[in-house]
Amino acid sequence: MDRENRLAVKIAGISLKTPVMTGSGTFGFGEEFSEFVDLNEIGAIVVKGTTLQPRSGNPGVRIAETPSGMLNCIGLENPGVEYFLADILPRISQYAAPIIVNISGSSVEEYGVLARMLDVPGVAAIELNVSCPNVKEGGIVFGTDPASAAAVVREAKRNTKKPVIIKLSPNVTDITVMAKAVEAAGADAISLINTLIGMAIDIKTWRPILGNVIGGLSGPAVKPVALRLVWQVAQVVKIPIIGMGGIMSAEDAIEFLLAGASAVAVGTANFVNPSATQEIAAGIEAYLKERKLTQVSQIIGQLKIK
Amino acid sequence: MPKIAVDAVVTAHEVLGPGVKKLVVKAPAIAGQAAPGQFVQLKIREGEPLLRRPLSIASVDPVAGTVDLIYRIVGKGTKVLADLPAGAVVNCLGPLGHGFSLDCKAPLLVGGGMGIAPLLFLAERFAKKASILMGGRNQEEMFWPALYENKVQEIFVTTDDGSLGKQGFTVSLLPELLASGRYDRVFVCGPEIMMAAAAKIAAEYAVPCQVSMEKHMACGLGACLSCTCESKDGTKRKKVCQDGPVFWAQEVL
Repeated sequence: MDRENRLAVKIAGISLKTPVMTGSGTFGFGEEFSEFVDLNEIGAIVVKGTTLQPRSGNPGVRIAETPSGMLNCIGLENPGVEYFLADILPRISQYAAPIIVNISGSSVEEYGVLARMLDVPGVAAIELNVSCPNVKEGGIVFGTDPASAAAVVREAKRNTKKPVIIKLSPNVTDITVMAKAVEAAGADAISLINTLIGMAIDIKTWRPILGNVIGGLSGPAVKPVALRLVWQVAQVVKIPIIGMGGIMSAEDAIEFLLAGASAVAVGTANFVNPSATQEIAAGIEAYLKERKLTQVSQIIGQLKIK
Repeated sequence: MPKIAVDAVVTAHEVLGPGVKKLVVKAPAIAGQAAPGQFVQLKIREGEPLLRRPLSIASVDPVAGTVDLIYRIVGKGTKVLADLPAGAVVNCLGPLGHGFSLDCKAPLLVGGGMGIAPLLFLAERFAKKASILMGGRNQEEMFWPALYENKVQEIFVTTDDGSLGKQGFTVSLLPELLASGRYDRVFVCGPEIMMAAAAKIAAEYAVPCQVSMEKHMACGLGACLSCTCESKDGTKRKKVCQDGPVFWAQEVL
Protein backbone atom coordinates (compact mmCIF):
# COMPACT_ATOMS: atom_id res chain seq x y z
CA MET A 1 0.00 0.00 0.00
CA ASP A 2 2.81 2.31 0.97
CA ARG A 3 4.41 1.77 -2.40
CA GLU A 4 1.19 2.41 -4.26
CA ASN A 5 0.64 5.66 -2.44
CA ARG A 6 4.08 6.98 -3.22
CA LEU A 7 4.55 5.93 -6.83
CA ALA A 8 1.01 6.08 -8.18
CA VAL A 9 0.45 8.61 -10.95
CA LYS A 10 -2.39 9.45 -13.28
CA ILE A 11 -1.62 10.26 -16.90
CA ALA A 12 -4.37 11.28 -19.30
CA GLY A 13 -6.90 9.62 -17.06
CA ILE A 14 -5.01 6.33 -16.76
CA SER A 15 -3.97 5.25 -13.28
CA LEU A 16 -0.45 3.85 -13.16
CA LYS A 17 0.94 1.95 -10.18
CA THR A 18 4.34 3.44 -10.87
CA PRO A 19 5.49 6.24 -13.16
CA VAL A 20 7.74 3.79 -15.01
CA MET A 21 6.40 2.51 -18.32
CA THR A 22 8.12 0.72 -21.19
CA GLY A 23 9.25 2.29 -24.44
CA SER A 24 7.50 0.98 -27.54
CA GLY A 25 9.64 -1.46 -29.48
CA THR A 26 11.89 -2.30 -26.55
CA PHE A 27 9.55 -4.51 -24.59
CA GLY A 28 7.82 -6.59 -27.27
CA PHE A 29 4.27 -7.19 -26.13
CA GLY A 30 5.34 -7.47 -22.50
CA GLU A 31 5.12 -11.23 -22.17
CA GLU A 32 8.70 -11.62 -23.48
CA PHE A 33 9.76 -10.14 -20.13
CA SER A 34 7.39 -12.03 -17.86
CA GLU A 35 10.27 -13.94 -16.26
CA PHE A 36 12.04 -10.73 -15.28
CA VAL A 37 9.34 -8.24 -14.30
CA ASP A 38 5.96 -8.58 -12.66
CA LEU A 39 3.64 -7.39 -15.41
CA ASN A 40 1.03 -6.68 -12.77
CA GLU A 41 3.26 -4.16 -11.09
CA ILE A 42 4.88 -2.05 -13.79
CA GLY A 43 3.46 1.37 -14.72
CA ALA A 44 2.25 0.45 -18.18
CA ILE A 45 3.17 -1.78 -21.10
CA VAL A 46 3.60 0.18 -24.31
CA VAL A 47 3.60 -2.46 -27.00
CA LYS A 48 5.57 -2.72 -30.21
CA GLY A 49 4.48 -0.30 -32.95
CA THR A 50 1.41 -1.70 -34.68
CA THR A 51 0.27 -1.03 -38.24
CA LEU A 52 -2.86 -1.81 -40.23
CA GLN A 53 -1.15 -4.51 -42.30
CA PRO A 54 1.54 -6.88 -41.04
CA ARG A 55 5.05 -5.61 -41.78
CA SER A 56 8.22 -7.64 -42.14
CA GLY A 57 10.54 -4.72 -41.41
CA ASN A 58 13.82 -3.77 -43.03
CA PRO A 59 16.28 -6.19 -44.63
CA GLY A 60 19.91 -6.45 -43.59
CA VAL A 61 21.57 -5.58 -40.30
CA ARG A 62 19.10 -3.90 -37.98
CA ILE A 63 21.16 -2.84 -34.99
CA ALA A 64 24.57 -1.37 -34.35
CA GLU A 65 26.10 -0.53 -31.03
CA THR A 66 27.57 2.98 -30.87
CA PRO A 67 29.29 4.83 -28.02
CA SER A 68 26.87 4.72 -25.05
CA GLY A 69 24.01 3.80 -27.30
CA MET A 70 22.65 1.85 -30.20
CA LEU A 71 21.20 2.46 -33.63
CA ASN A 72 18.24 0.48 -34.87
CA CYS A 73 16.39 0.26 -38.15
CA ILE A 74 13.90 -2.51 -37.42
CA GLY A 75 11.38 -0.89 -39.76
CA LEU A 76 8.21 -1.51 -37.74
CA GLU A 77 8.13 -5.26 -38.07
CA ASN A 78 4.84 -6.28 -36.52
CA PRO A 79 2.05 -8.80 -37.09
CA GLY A 80 -0.60 -6.16 -37.89
CA VAL A 81 -3.49 -4.83 -35.84
CA GLU A 82 -5.89 -7.68 -36.54
CA TYR A 83 -3.45 -10.28 -35.27
CA PHE A 84 -2.70 -8.08 -32.27
CA LEU A 85 -6.40 -7.80 -31.39
CA ALA A 86 -7.16 -11.48 -31.94
CA ASP A 87 -4.04 -13.21 -30.64
CA ILE A 88 -2.01 -10.94 -28.40
CA LEU A 89 -4.33 -8.53 -26.61
CA PRO A 90 -6.48 -11.25 -24.99
CA ARG A 91 -3.31 -12.65 -23.38
CA ILE A 92 -1.61 -9.47 -22.25
CA SER A 93 -4.76 -7.67 -21.11
CA GLN A 94 -4.93 -10.17 -18.26
CA TYR A 95 -2.05 -8.40 -16.58
CA ALA A 96 -2.84 -5.50 -14.27
CA ALA A 97 -0.53 -3.10 -16.11
CA PRO A 98 -2.41 -0.81 -18.48
CA ILE A 99 -1.77 -1.67 -22.15
CA ILE A 100 -0.88 1.27 -24.37
CA VAL A 101 -0.84 0.47 -28.07
CA ASN A 102 1.64 2.35 -30.22
CA ILE A 103 0.32 2.83 -33.77
CA SER A 104 1.81 3.97 -37.07
CA GLY A 105 -0.18 4.91 -40.13
CA SER A 106 0.83 5.67 -43.68
CA SER A 107 -1.90 8.33 -43.97
CA VAL A 108 -3.91 10.50 -41.60
CA GLU A 109 -6.95 8.31 -42.29
CA GLU A 110 -5.04 5.16 -41.37
CA TYR A 111 -4.33 6.53 -37.89
CA GLY A 112 -8.09 6.99 -37.56
CA VAL A 113 -8.83 3.45 -38.68
CA LEU A 114 -6.27 2.03 -36.25
CA ALA A 115 -7.56 4.20 -33.39
CA ARG A 116 -11.10 2.97 -34.01
CA MET A 117 -10.07 -0.68 -34.24
CA LEU A 118 -8.23 -0.35 -30.94
CA ASP A 119 -11.12 1.32 -29.12
CA VAL A 120 -11.78 -1.95 -27.32
CA PRO A 121 -11.68 -3.20 -23.72
CA GLY A 122 -8.16 -4.10 -22.63
CA VAL A 123 -6.55 -1.13 -24.36
CA ALA A 124 -5.87 1.71 -21.93
CA ALA A 125 -4.65 4.29 -24.44
CA ILE A 126 -3.08 4.65 -27.82
CA GLU A 127 0.25 6.23 -28.57
CA LEU A 128 0.64 7.79 -32.01
CA ASN A 129 4.00 7.08 -33.56
CA VAL A 130 4.60 9.99 -35.88
CA SER A 131 8.32 9.81 -35.63
CA CYS A 132 9.58 6.45 -36.80
CA PRO A 133 12.77 7.23 -38.69
CA ASN A 134 12.87 3.82 -40.32
CA VAL A 135 9.93 3.64 -42.68
CA LYS A 136 9.54 5.44 -45.94
CA GLU A 137 5.86 6.26 -46.02
CA GLY A 138 4.25 8.15 -43.14
CA GLY A 139 6.34 7.94 -40.04
CA ILE A 140 8.61 10.88 -39.69
CA VAL A 141 6.62 13.06 -42.11
CA PHE A 142 3.84 13.47 -39.58
CA GLY A 143 6.29 14.12 -36.80
CA THR A 144 8.16 17.04 -38.33
CA ASP A 145 5.27 19.16 -39.58
CA PRO A 146 3.05 20.69 -36.87
CA ALA A 147 -0.06 20.80 -39.08
CA SER A 148 0.31 17.12 -40.05
CA ALA A 149 0.91 16.04 -36.46
CA ALA A 150 -2.15 17.98 -35.36
CA ALA A 151 -4.21 16.39 -38.12
CA VAL A 152 -3.16 12.92 -36.97
CA VAL A 153 -4.16 13.73 -33.39
CA ARG A 154 -7.56 15.08 -34.44
CA GLU A 155 -8.22 12.04 -36.61
CA ALA A 156 -7.30 9.67 -33.80
CA LYS A 157 -9.38 11.58 -31.24
CA ARG A 158 -12.38 11.51 -33.58
CA ASN A 159 -12.17 7.74 -33.77
CA THR A 160 -11.60 6.66 -30.20
CA LYS A 161 -12.71 7.41 -26.70
CA LYS A 162 -9.35 6.23 -25.36
CA PRO A 163 -6.74 8.75 -24.28
CA VAL A 164 -4.47 9.67 -27.19
CA ILE A 165 -0.76 10.10 -26.54
CA ILE A 166 1.51 11.37 -29.29
CA LYS A 167 5.18 10.41 -29.43
CA LEU A 168 7.16 13.29 -30.85
CA SER A 169 10.37 13.23 -32.82
CA PRO A 170 13.43 15.03 -31.52
CA ASN A 171 14.49 15.58 -35.13
CA VAL A 172 12.87 19.01 -35.43
CA THR A 173 14.12 22.58 -35.22
CA ASP A 174 11.77 23.70 -32.44
CA ILE A 175 10.05 21.04 -30.37
CA THR A 176 7.79 23.55 -28.64
CA VAL A 177 6.02 24.35 -31.91
CA MET A 178 5.19 20.66 -32.35
CA ALA A 179 4.11 20.28 -28.72
CA LYS A 180 1.79 23.27 -28.79
CA ALA A 181 0.25 22.12 -32.07
CA VAL A 182 -0.61 18.65 -30.79
CA GLU A 183 -1.92 20.00 -27.51
CA ALA A 184 -4.23 22.39 -29.38
CA ALA A 185 -5.38 19.44 -31.51
CA GLY A 186 -6.52 17.60 -28.41
CA ALA A 187 -3.68 15.25 -27.52
CA ASP A 188 -4.03 13.92 -23.98
CA ALA A 189 -0.30 13.45 -23.39
CA ILE A 190 3.05 13.68 -25.15
CA SER A 191 5.77 11.02 -25.23
CA LEU A 192 9.24 12.49 -25.61
CA ILE A 193 11.54 11.47 -27.25
CA ASN A 194 11.62 9.02 -30.12
CA THR A 195 15.09 8.16 -31.40
CA LEU A 196 17.54 10.63 -32.90
CA ILE A 197 18.46 9.82 -36.48
CA GLY A 198 22.02 8.60 -36.85
CA MET A 199 24.29 6.30 -38.81
CA ALA A 200 27.45 4.24 -38.56
CA ILE A 201 29.95 3.19 -41.22
CA ASP A 202 32.20 0.14 -41.52
CA ILE A 203 35.55 1.57 -42.61
CA LYS A 204 36.79 -1.87 -43.72
CA THR A 205 34.07 -2.27 -46.33
CA TRP A 206 33.14 1.41 -46.84
CA ARG A 207 29.53 0.40 -46.31
CA PRO A 208 26.91 1.56 -43.83
CA ILE A 209 26.57 -0.85 -40.92
CA LEU A 210 22.79 -0.69 -40.96
CA GLY A 211 20.85 -2.30 -43.78
CA ASN A 212 18.69 0.82 -43.95
CA VAL A 213 21.80 3.10 -43.97
CA ILE A 214 20.31 5.34 -41.25
CA GLY A 215 18.59 4.41 -38.02
CA GLY A 216 17.37 5.65 -34.69
CA LEU A 217 19.85 6.34 -31.91
CA SER A 218 18.83 5.42 -28.37
CA GLY A 219 20.48 4.69 -25.05
CA PRO A 220 22.47 6.80 -22.59
CA ALA A 221 23.99 8.82 -25.45
CA VAL A 222 20.66 10.58 -26.09
CA LYS A 223 19.68 11.27 -22.48
CA PRO A 224 20.91 14.88 -22.19
CA VAL A 225 19.11 15.77 -25.42
CA ALA A 226 15.92 14.04 -24.30
CA LEU A 227 16.02 15.76 -20.92
CA ARG A 228 16.42 19.17 -22.54
CA LEU A 229 13.47 18.53 -24.88
CA VAL A 230 11.24 17.35 -22.02
CA TRP A 231 12.14 20.44 -20.02
CA GLN A 232 11.46 22.78 -22.96
CA VAL A 233 8.09 21.18 -23.69
CA ALA A 234 7.11 21.19 -20.03
CA GLN A 235 7.38 24.99 -20.11
CA VAL A 236 4.84 25.39 -22.88
CA VAL A 237 2.13 22.71 -22.52
CA LYS A 238 -0.31 21.74 -19.77
CA ILE A 239 -0.84 18.13 -20.89
CA PRO A 240 1.36 15.53 -19.19
CA ILE A 241 4.68 14.42 -20.68
CA ILE A 242 6.01 10.88 -20.63
CA GLY A 243 9.78 11.34 -20.61
CA MET A 244 12.12 8.85 -22.23
CA GLY A 245 15.51 8.66 -23.85
CA GLY A 246 18.42 6.73 -22.39
CA ILE A 247 16.96 6.08 -18.95
CA MET A 248 19.12 3.36 -17.42
CA SER A 249 18.66 3.99 -13.69
CA ALA A 250 16.34 5.51 -11.10
CA GLU A 251 18.62 8.56 -11.01
CA ASP A 252 18.09 9.08 -14.74
CA ALA A 253 14.33 8.71 -14.31
CA ILE A 254 14.28 11.23 -11.45
CA GLU A 255 16.02 13.78 -13.67
CA PHE A 256 13.18 13.45 -16.18
CA LEU A 257 10.56 13.81 -13.46
CA LEU A 258 12.27 16.94 -12.12
CA ALA A 259 12.43 18.34 -15.65
CA GLY A 260 8.65 18.06 -15.90
CA ALA A 261 7.79 14.53 -17.04
CA SER A 262 4.79 13.07 -15.21
CA ALA A 263 5.94 9.56 -16.03
CA VAL A 264 8.90 7.97 -17.75
CA ALA A 265 9.48 5.11 -20.17
CA VAL A 266 12.42 2.75 -20.12
CA GLY A 267 13.63 1.58 -23.52
CA THR A 268 17.14 0.46 -24.43
CA ALA A 269 17.79 -0.44 -20.78
CA ASN A 270 15.40 -3.38 -21.18
CA PHE A 271 17.91 -4.95 -23.57
CA VAL A 272 20.72 -4.61 -21.08
CA ASN A 273 18.81 -5.50 -17.95
CA PRO A 274 15.43 -7.13 -18.50
CA SER A 275 14.36 -6.21 -14.96
CA ALA A 276 15.17 -2.52 -15.49
CA THR A 277 11.61 -1.14 -15.31
CA GLN A 278 10.94 -2.67 -11.95
CA GLU A 279 14.35 -1.83 -10.50
CA ILE A 280 14.00 1.79 -11.62
CA ALA A 281 10.57 2.05 -9.98
CA ALA A 282 12.01 0.64 -6.76
CA GLY A 283 14.86 3.13 -6.94
CA ILE A 284 12.47 6.06 -7.33
CA GLU A 285 10.52 4.81 -4.34
CA ALA A 286 13.67 4.60 -2.24
CA TYR A 287 14.62 8.13 -3.29
CA LEU A 288 11.21 9.48 -2.25
CA LYS A 289 11.31 7.62 1.04
CA GLU A 290 14.76 8.91 1.85
CA ARG A 291 13.53 12.46 1.35
CA LYS A 292 10.36 11.82 3.31
CA LEU A 293 8.25 12.54 0.25
CA THR A 294 4.89 10.80 0.13
CA GLN A 295 4.02 11.33 -3.54
CA VAL A 296 6.03 11.13 -6.72
CA SER A 297 4.07 14.19 -7.86
CA GLN A 298 6.06 16.19 -5.31
CA ILE A 299 9.11 16.06 -7.57
CA ILE A 300 7.46 16.37 -10.97
CA GLY A 301 8.55 19.59 -12.65
CA GLN A 302 10.29 20.78 -9.49
CA LEU A 303 13.53 21.73 -11.22
CA LYS A 304 14.94 24.86 -9.57
CA ILE A 305 16.45 27.18 -12.14
CA LYS A 306 17.28 30.10 -9.86
CA MET B 1 12.43 -23.64 -18.86
CA PRO B 2 12.79 -20.32 -17.03
CA LYS B 3 15.41 -17.85 -18.15
CA ILE B 4 17.44 -16.08 -15.53
CA ALA B 5 19.98 -13.28 -15.32
CA VAL B 6 22.70 -14.02 -12.79
CA ASP B 7 26.04 -12.59 -11.81
CA ALA B 8 28.52 -15.30 -12.70
CA VAL B 9 32.14 -15.59 -11.62
CA VAL B 10 34.72 -16.37 -14.28
CA THR B 11 36.38 -19.57 -13.09
CA ALA B 12 38.75 -20.04 -16.04
CA HIS B 13 39.63 -18.19 -19.19
CA GLU B 14 42.10 -19.70 -21.63
CA VAL B 15 43.38 -19.33 -25.16
CA LEU B 16 42.38 -22.21 -27.43
CA GLY B 17 43.75 -20.99 -30.73
CA PRO B 18 44.54 -17.85 -32.70
CA GLY B 19 42.08 -15.22 -31.43
CA VAL B 20 39.86 -17.88 -29.88
CA LYS B 21 39.28 -18.21 -26.14
CA LYS B 22 37.25 -20.34 -23.79
CA LEU B 23 35.49 -18.59 -20.94
CA VAL B 24 34.15 -20.69 -18.08
CA VAL B 25 31.58 -19.07 -15.80
CA LYS B 26 29.88 -20.37 -12.71
CA ALA B 27 26.14 -20.24 -13.26
CA PRO B 28 24.62 -23.42 -11.77
CA ALA B 29 21.00 -22.63 -12.63
CA ILE B 30 21.92 -22.14 -16.28
CA ALA B 31 24.33 -25.10 -16.39
CA GLY B 32 21.64 -27.31 -14.91
CA GLN B 33 18.99 -26.67 -17.51
CA ALA B 34 20.74 -25.56 -20.70
CA ALA B 35 20.22 -27.68 -23.82
CA PRO B 36 22.64 -28.00 -26.76
CA GLY B 37 22.11 -25.20 -29.27
CA GLN B 38 21.04 -22.66 -26.68
CA PHE B 39 23.01 -19.52 -25.90
CA VAL B 40 23.55 -16.91 -23.21
CA GLN B 41 23.73 -13.13 -23.34
CA LEU B 42 26.66 -11.69 -21.40
CA LYS B 43 26.76 -8.22 -19.91
CA ILE B 44 30.52 -8.02 -19.74
CA ARG B 45 30.82 -5.16 -17.27
CA GLU B 46 29.08 -1.97 -16.12
CA GLY B 47 28.94 0.75 -18.75
CA GLU B 48 30.56 0.00 -22.09
CA PRO B 49 30.00 -2.06 -24.08
CA LEU B 50 26.37 -1.20 -23.49
CA LEU B 51 24.64 -4.21 -24.97
CA ARG B 52 24.94 -7.83 -24.01
CA ARG B 53 26.86 -10.18 -26.26
CA PRO B 54 25.27 -13.46 -27.38
CA LEU B 55 27.56 -16.50 -27.01
CA SER B 56 26.64 -20.08 -27.78
CA ILE B 57 27.06 -22.64 -25.04
CA ALA B 58 29.98 -24.97 -25.83
CA SER B 59 29.60 -27.21 -22.82
CA VAL B 60 28.11 -27.37 -19.35
CA ASP B 61 29.17 -29.10 -16.18
CA PRO B 62 26.00 -29.48 -14.12
CA VAL B 63 27.98 -30.88 -11.18
CA ALA B 64 30.44 -27.98 -11.01
CA GLY B 65 27.67 -25.62 -12.11
CA THR B 66 29.79 -24.14 -14.88
CA VAL B 67 29.10 -23.08 -18.44
CA ASP B 68 31.79 -23.04 -21.17
CA LEU B 69 31.64 -20.32 -23.80
CA ILE B 70 34.05 -20.42 -26.74
CA TYR B 71 34.34 -17.24 -28.77
CA ARG B 72 36.50 -15.50 -31.32
CA ILE B 73 37.74 -11.99 -30.61
CA VAL B 74 36.09 -10.02 -33.40
CA GLY B 75 34.97 -6.64 -32.10
CA LYS B 76 34.69 -4.19 -29.25
CA GLY B 77 32.70 -6.51 -27.01
CA THR B 78 34.80 -9.63 -27.38
CA LYS B 79 37.98 -7.55 -27.00
CA VAL B 80 36.81 -6.36 -23.58
CA LEU B 81 35.62 -9.86 -22.74
CA ALA B 82 39.01 -11.34 -23.66
CA ASP B 83 40.72 -9.27 -20.97
CA LEU B 84 38.57 -10.56 -18.11
CA PRO B 85 40.66 -12.41 -15.53
CA ALA B 86 39.48 -15.40 -13.52
CA GLY B 87 37.49 -14.10 -10.58
CA ALA B 88 35.82 -11.34 -12.59
CA VAL B 89 32.04 -11.23 -12.61
CA VAL B 90 29.83 -11.07 -15.70
CA ASN B 91 26.06 -10.99 -15.82
CA CYS B 92 24.83 -14.08 -17.61
CA LEU B 93 21.32 -14.19 -19.08
CA GLY B 94 20.09 -17.57 -20.18
CA PRO B 95 19.59 -20.21 -21.24
CA LEU B 96 18.13 -18.58 -24.34
CA GLY B 97 16.61 -19.85 -27.54
CA HIS B 98 15.54 -23.14 -28.94
CA GLY B 99 18.15 -25.92 -29.16
CA PHE B 100 18.75 -28.96 -31.34
CA SER B 101 16.22 -31.80 -31.63
CA LEU B 102 17.91 -34.87 -30.17
CA ASP B 103 15.50 -37.52 -31.45
CA CYS B 104 17.84 -39.38 -33.79
CA LYS B 105 20.08 -42.44 -33.67
CA ALA B 106 23.13 -41.67 -35.80
CA PRO B 107 23.78 -37.92 -35.99
CA LEU B 108 26.42 -36.26 -38.13
CA LEU B 109 27.54 -32.87 -36.86
CA VAL B 110 28.90 -30.44 -39.46
CA GLY B 111 30.78 -27.40 -38.20
CA GLY B 112 32.61 -24.60 -39.96
CA GLY B 113 34.94 -22.24 -38.08
CA MET B 114 33.42 -20.97 -34.83
CA GLY B 115 30.31 -22.98 -35.65
CA ILE B 116 32.22 -25.97 -34.27
CA ALA B 117 31.83 -24.53 -30.74
CA PRO B 118 28.11 -25.15 -30.00
CA LEU B 119 28.33 -28.60 -31.63
CA LEU B 120 30.67 -29.65 -28.81
CA PHE B 121 27.81 -29.42 -26.31
CA LEU B 122 25.67 -31.40 -28.73
CA ALA B 123 28.37 -34.08 -29.12
CA GLU B 124 28.66 -34.42 -25.35
CA ARG B 125 24.89 -34.81 -25.00
CA PHE B 126 24.92 -37.57 -27.64
CA ALA B 127 27.49 -39.45 -25.54
CA LYS B 128 29.74 -40.75 -28.35
CA LYS B 129 26.80 -41.50 -30.63
CA ALA B 130 27.64 -38.65 -33.03
CA SER B 131 30.35 -38.14 -35.62
CA ILE B 132 31.61 -34.76 -36.69
CA LEU B 133 32.75 -33.20 -39.94
CA MET B 134 34.60 -29.99 -39.24
CA GLY B 135 36.41 -27.47 -41.37
CA GLY B 136 38.52 -24.36 -41.05
CA ARG B 137 41.07 -22.28 -42.87
CA ASN B 138 44.26 -24.03 -41.81
CA GLN B 139 45.87 -26.33 -39.28
CA GLU B 140 46.57 -23.50 -36.85
CA GLU B 141 42.86 -22.66 -36.65
CA MET B 142 41.87 -26.31 -36.40
CA PHE B 143 42.61 -26.90 -32.73
CA TRP B 144 39.13 -28.38 -32.45
CA PRO B 145 39.79 -32.13 -33.00
CA ALA B 146 41.50 -32.38 -29.60
CA LEU B 147 38.39 -30.95 -27.91
CA TYR B 148 36.23 -33.64 -29.52
CA GLU B 149 38.49 -36.56 -28.74
CA ASN B 150 36.67 -39.40 -26.96
CA LYS B 151 33.40 -37.54 -27.38
CA VAL B 152 32.45 -38.72 -30.86
CA GLN B 153 32.62 -41.82 -33.05
CA GLU B 154 34.64 -40.31 -35.86
CA ILE B 155 36.18 -36.94 -36.68
CA PHE B 156 36.49 -35.80 -40.30
CA VAL B 157 38.54 -32.68 -40.94
CA THR B 158 38.90 -30.34 -43.90
CA THR B 159 41.00 -27.20 -44.29
CA ASP B 160 40.98 -24.59 -47.04
CA ASP B 161 44.73 -25.02 -47.58
CA GLY B 162 44.97 -28.73 -46.93
CA SER B 163 47.34 -28.27 -43.97
CA LEU B 164 45.14 -30.61 -41.94
CA GLY B 165 42.72 -33.25 -43.12
CA LYS B 166 41.30 -33.07 -46.61
CA GLN B 167 41.75 -29.91 -48.65
CA GLY B 168 38.49 -28.15 -49.57
CA PHE B 169 35.33 -26.72 -48.12
CA THR B 170 33.77 -28.47 -45.16
CA VAL B 171 30.74 -29.56 -47.15
CA SER B 172 32.87 -31.13 -49.88
CA LEU B 173 33.11 -34.28 -47.77
CA LEU B 174 29.43 -34.34 -46.93
CA PRO B 175 28.07 -36.18 -50.02
CA GLU B 176 30.28 -39.23 -49.51
CA LEU B 177 29.54 -39.35 -45.78
CA LEU B 178 25.81 -39.22 -46.38
CA ALA B 179 26.05 -41.67 -49.28
CA SER B 180 27.20 -44.27 -46.75
CA GLY B 181 23.64 -44.23 -45.36
CA ARG B 182 25.02 -44.31 -41.83
CA TYR B 183 23.50 -41.06 -40.63
CA ASP B 184 19.90 -40.21 -39.88
CA ARG B 185 20.33 -36.53 -38.97
CA VAL B 186 22.64 -33.67 -39.91
CA PHE B 187 23.27 -30.77 -37.54
CA VAL B 188 25.06 -27.80 -39.09
CA CYS B 189 26.59 -24.71 -37.58
CA GLY B 190 28.78 -22.29 -39.50
CA PRO B 191 28.61 -19.46 -42.01
CA GLU B 192 25.17 -19.16 -43.61
CA ILE B 193 26.45 -19.97 -47.08
CA MET B 194 28.00 -23.19 -45.77
CA MET B 195 24.84 -24.13 -43.89
CA ALA B 196 22.78 -23.58 -47.04
CA ALA B 197 25.13 -25.83 -49.02
CA ALA B 198 25.05 -28.52 -46.33
CA ALA B 199 21.26 -28.34 -46.11
CA LYS B 200 20.99 -28.80 -49.86
CA ILE B 201 23.19 -31.89 -49.80
CA ALA B 202 21.30 -33.32 -46.81
CA ALA B 203 18.04 -32.81 -48.70
CA GLU B 204 19.49 -34.67 -51.72
CA TYR B 205 20.23 -37.65 -49.48
CA ALA B 206 16.87 -37.24 -47.68
CA VAL B 207 18.53 -36.80 -44.30
CA PRO B 208 16.71 -34.35 -41.98
CA CYS B 209 18.90 -31.34 -41.28
CA GLN B 210 18.98 -28.72 -38.56
CA VAL B 211 20.96 -25.49 -38.77
CA SER B 212 21.97 -22.92 -36.16
CA MET B 213 21.54 -19.32 -37.32
CA GLU B 214 23.49 -16.28 -36.20
CA LYS B 215 22.29 -12.66 -36.34
CA HIS B 216 23.06 -9.38 -34.64
CA MET B 217 20.72 -9.11 -31.66
CA ALA B 218 20.06 -6.79 -28.76
CA CYS B 219 17.68 -8.36 -26.23
CA GLY B 220 17.88 -12.10 -26.88
CA LEU B 221 14.32 -12.37 -25.56
CA GLY B 222 12.26 -11.94 -28.70
CA ALA B 223 11.39 -8.31 -28.06
CA CYS B 224 13.64 -6.07 -30.11
CA LEU B 225 13.20 -7.88 -33.45
CA SER B 226 16.79 -7.15 -34.50
CA CYS B 227 17.43 -10.78 -35.37
CA THR B 228 14.36 -11.89 -37.27
CA CYS B 229 14.71 -13.76 -40.53
CA GLU B 230 12.39 -14.64 -43.33
CA SER B 231 10.75 -18.03 -43.04
CA LYS B 232 10.91 -20.24 -46.08
CA ASP B 233 8.02 -22.47 -45.17
CA GLY B 234 5.32 -19.84 -45.57
CA THR B 235 4.85 -19.17 -41.88
CA LYS B 236 5.54 -16.02 -39.84
CA ARG B 237 9.01 -14.46 -39.73
CA LYS B 238 11.29 -16.26 -37.31
CA LYS B 239 13.07 -14.75 -34.33
CA VAL B 240 16.56 -16.21 -34.31
CA CYS B 241 16.86 -15.55 -30.56
CA GLN B 242 13.61 -17.24 -29.62
CA ASP B 243 12.29 -19.51 -32.39
CA GLY B 244 15.95 -20.40 -33.08
CA PRO B 245 18.84 -20.20 -33.17
CA VAL B 246 18.31 -23.83 -34.24
CA PHE B 247 15.83 -24.41 -37.06
CA TRP B 248 14.99 -27.20 -39.46
CA ALA B 249 16.88 -26.17 -42.58
CA GLN B 250 13.76 -25.86 -44.71
CA GLU B 251 12.28 -23.33 -42.27
CA VAL B 252 14.90 -20.68 -42.95
CA LEU B 253 17.22 -21.63 -45.83
